[in-house]
Amino acid sequence: MRKAVYLVAVVVLAGLLSGMFGELHVFGVPQATEMDDYFLARAPLDRSAQNVVTSLVFDFRGFDTLGEAGVLFTALCSIGALFREGGKRE
Amino acid sequence: MKPLSVIVTSVCDIFAWFMIVFGVYVINNGHNTPGGGFQGGAITATFLSLVLVARGGKKFYAWVREGIYGLFEFIGLMAFFIFGCMGFPHSFFFNSLAIPQGGKALSNWIPWSGTIALMNVSVGLEVIGALSLVIVYMYGSIRMVETGAGMGGERGHDRFDR
Repeated sequence: MRKAVYLVAVVVLAGLLSGMFGELHVFGVPQATEMDDYFLARAPLDRSAQNVVTSLVFDFRGFDTLGEAGVLFTALCSIGALFREGGKRE
Repeated sequence: MKPLSVIVTSVCDIFAWFMIVFGVYVINNGHNTPGGGFQGGAITATFLSLVLVARGGKKFYAWVREGIYGLFEFIGLMAFFIFGCMGFPHSFFFNSLAIPQGGKALSNWIPWSGTIALMNVSVGLEVIGALSLVIVYMYGSIRMVETGAGMGGERGHDRFDR
């Protein structure tokens, strides 16, 4: 009984996934290019950045990077709380 | 942790310094070439782990200055936040120092792209400090278990209990 349920679940999931793969568009041919064109045009002209990726990370989506830096700081704090040895080093 | 063989220590002596130079290069050229603050900081932080693995714990603690790494972390995070706040008339994290000029560098002798280069340096400092401190804390914990100091009763966190 259990095996039959698993089999049905696998078949249904496989059908759903294969249907999703049919819906994918061709690689290298983006459906909507307005956003890409905007960033590629504005990053070198307005923000004088030669590296568009760095311009995205630190300028257009800088708030996201601030969150990443916060994650790193939080990880450091928790590792310090867990592993730090108290007292003086002998 | 004991030092490894002569071959490993000789390679470490050459390679560890190369990692620092390469990491600083990646941080400083993050706005022109692939890489940036996070990647360059991670490369630079491998210096400490190389020294620890090859040279052993004694040399490791001779090189470690925990205060400097904490300072790196603090300065990097604060500088990053301040450079983000510099663009407040427009928006948070606006590249206020950039001069629009058709994609050319401001001058020939320094590749300049506003706050992006400065943010790369500050994030690089932060990542160097954070990853180095992670290595220091974790090795301290291993050492505590190895020497038996940490067995049979929790001793960390509180500096006044002995």
